[in-house]
Amino acid sequence: MTGDIQPSGSRDPLLKVENLVVEYVVGGNTIHAVSDVSLHIARGETLGLVGESGCGKSTLGRAVLQLRQAVSGRVLFDGHDLTAMQGDALRRMRRRVQLIFQDPIASLNPRRRIGEIVAEPLVIAGVKDAKRRRQLVGDVLSAVGLDPGLVVGRLPHEFSGGQCQRVCIARALVLNPEFIICDEPVSALDVSIRAQILNLLEEMKARYGLTLLFIAHDLAVVKAVSDRVAVMYLGRLCEVGPSAQLFARPAHPYTALLIEAIPVPDPEVRPAESVPVGEPPSPIAPPSGCRFRTRCPRADRQCADQAPELREVVPQQFVACHHPLIAAG
Amino acid sequence: MTGPALLSVENVAVDLPTPRGNLRAVDQVDLSIGAGQTLGIVGESGCGKTMLSRAILQLLPKKARLSGRVMFDGQDLVALGPEPLRKLRGRSLAVVFQDPMTSLNPVLTIGTQLIETLQEHLELDGATARKRSVELLAAVGIPAPEQRLLQYPHQLSGGMRQRVAIAIALSCEPKLLIADEPTTALDVTIQAQILDLLAREQRRRHMAMILITHDLGVVAGRTDEVAVMYAGRIVERAPTPVLFRQMRMPYTAALLAAIPKIDAVPHTPLPAIGGRPPDPTRPVQGCSFSPRCRYAAGECYRTKPALAGAESCDHQYACFHPLASATGFRA
Repeated sequence: MTGDIQPSGSRDPLLKVENLVVEYVVGGNTIHAVSDVSLHIARGETLGLVGESGCGKSTLGRAVLQLRQAVSGRVLFDGHDLTAMQGDALRRMRRRVQLIFQDPIASLNPRRRIGEIVAEPLVIAGVKDAKRRRQLVGDVLSAVGLDPGLVVGRLPHEFSGGQCQRVCIARALVLNPEFIICDEPVSALDVSIRAQILNLLEEMKARYGLTLLFIAHDLAVVKAVSDRVAVMYLGRLCEVGPSAQLFARPAHPYTALLIEAIPVPDPEVRPAESVPVGEPPSPIAPPSGCRFRTRCPRADRQCADQAPELREVVPQQFVACHHPLIAAG
Repeated sequence: MTGPALLSVENVAVDLPTPRGNLRAVDQVDLSIGAGQTLGIVGESGCGKTMLSRAILQLLPKKARLSGRVMFDGQDLVALGPEPLRKLRGRSLAVVFQDPMTSLNPVLTIGTQLIETLQEHLELDGATARKRSVELLAAVGIPAPEQRLLQYPHQLSGGMRQRVAIAIALSCEPKLLIADEPTTALDVTIQAQILDLLAREQRRRHMAMILITHDLGVVAGRTDEVAVMYAGRIVERAPTPVLFRQMRMPYTAALLAAIPKIDAVPHTPLPAIGGRPPDPTRPVQGCSFSPRCRYAAGECYRTKPALAGAESCDHQYACFHPLASATGFRA
């Protein structure tokens, strides 16, 4: 897999991940969490990253921020190689990149007041003027739909999950970053609240000119906010393409399986009896060749022998499969 | 529902004392389910769906106060003593929880747990119970069932654990299975497999099932009837095809609209429901949904609408201003 397989068109990439490999050693076993992944995100773009639990999508997000050490590969942010940076240089770069987590209540310190929580990035960034900090905190809280006067003095437990996620978004925005990694930002929220937060993220993206990496397991949620979608399975990318195109005509059998598995809220659509495709194998000993082959109806000898590389099957749509569902050309 | 009811819940209310005052978790709920039928109960967190299922199972927290009647197979479960209840649960009334680890014992092997259940309830001898256990594990799609009997729950994946929990629930041929968010903790591809498994076993055993979920997508293709709960009450209930053809309660319609659809164009703003559910310790006067409802007016703020059907008793809704059609026009 080469580093630059996806032409980004006229837009310059803000983030480029090249041949990234992340492994953990647990109890003497090596877990292949991210294996040779390359992708790019253009400035102003939202890239959705989908996959089931344990596929390495969160690890990939953390490795971008250098919260996980990569075994090999590069992470280029605005042309700077983050994997080669350390200390102050890395900290300065990180101000431009923020992270929003799945569990909004767990990611807020229960003993700190909302005002302090949202101001903390400013304190760390060295904004010494307390009045200026209060002003910035007030602005960003209003932007996410909270009334600063009512919330700054209160504690996280006084808020619902949806409101806590608004606080997390405010905290991520207060340093005016360029890039935000959202790791399952709505999966802990109820349906009616989920829609509010997804809409808020879209508004904030437009208002602050953000670029987003949106990590989630729910395909419909990812599609709702993403320009392009990358599908990950057991540490590798299966397919990358523009969201509407990818969901209308998936090229990878795994993408197709994910789409079929979504329950449709329409009783006229009888759920197709699911194909007994089994469960994902362990990332400690991933299958040889294509990692999806043990669950794939199209797998043959070639899939076991040779790992498929990402290639463009139709313009802008890349698939790592020897037998894609749409023919190349 | 047709035929005599297997389960009927009559005027059930559950109150929980909290430091902030009384919390009414379930408020005057009536429902019934016939043999072999599937009822979906849909609602968001805190709407009382789990408390309702616990009230049916008589597994409420100690401090909870329950009123009303729960008639199951001719007996009032509320009046039943602990010992007959214990015999009933696991035998003819079974449950599958969201997290299989809450029902599986982490220090016992899968085999011990299954065999024990069979011996306890069906009084089978060891060898027969063992044979039945292997058959059950195979029936729920667990490969190499003999070897699994020797494994502990932590050695299995989440999907496999849920299959084991289902095998245990099905082991004594229950008449009613309550599945409380059985797939919420699982991945999508595994979710589809588990829902299919439940549907298949239900048909085969002519078992009734209550499927509790927050996902309208899950109930759409897999239930005969749906009850939607909001703030402790059932706000709409109808046969599944009728409900999806025409949602009358604005909350149900808004809940469906708020789900991102896979065939929608990316970056389309979602029709979100503003605000959030009411604090259950501070009951709302009038309709509980009125603070968030765009059709609320006058009477909605003063009187609680009763669950009733205008055209037929099949389709009931608790609303003064029901939607006239699925497209959202008002009557």
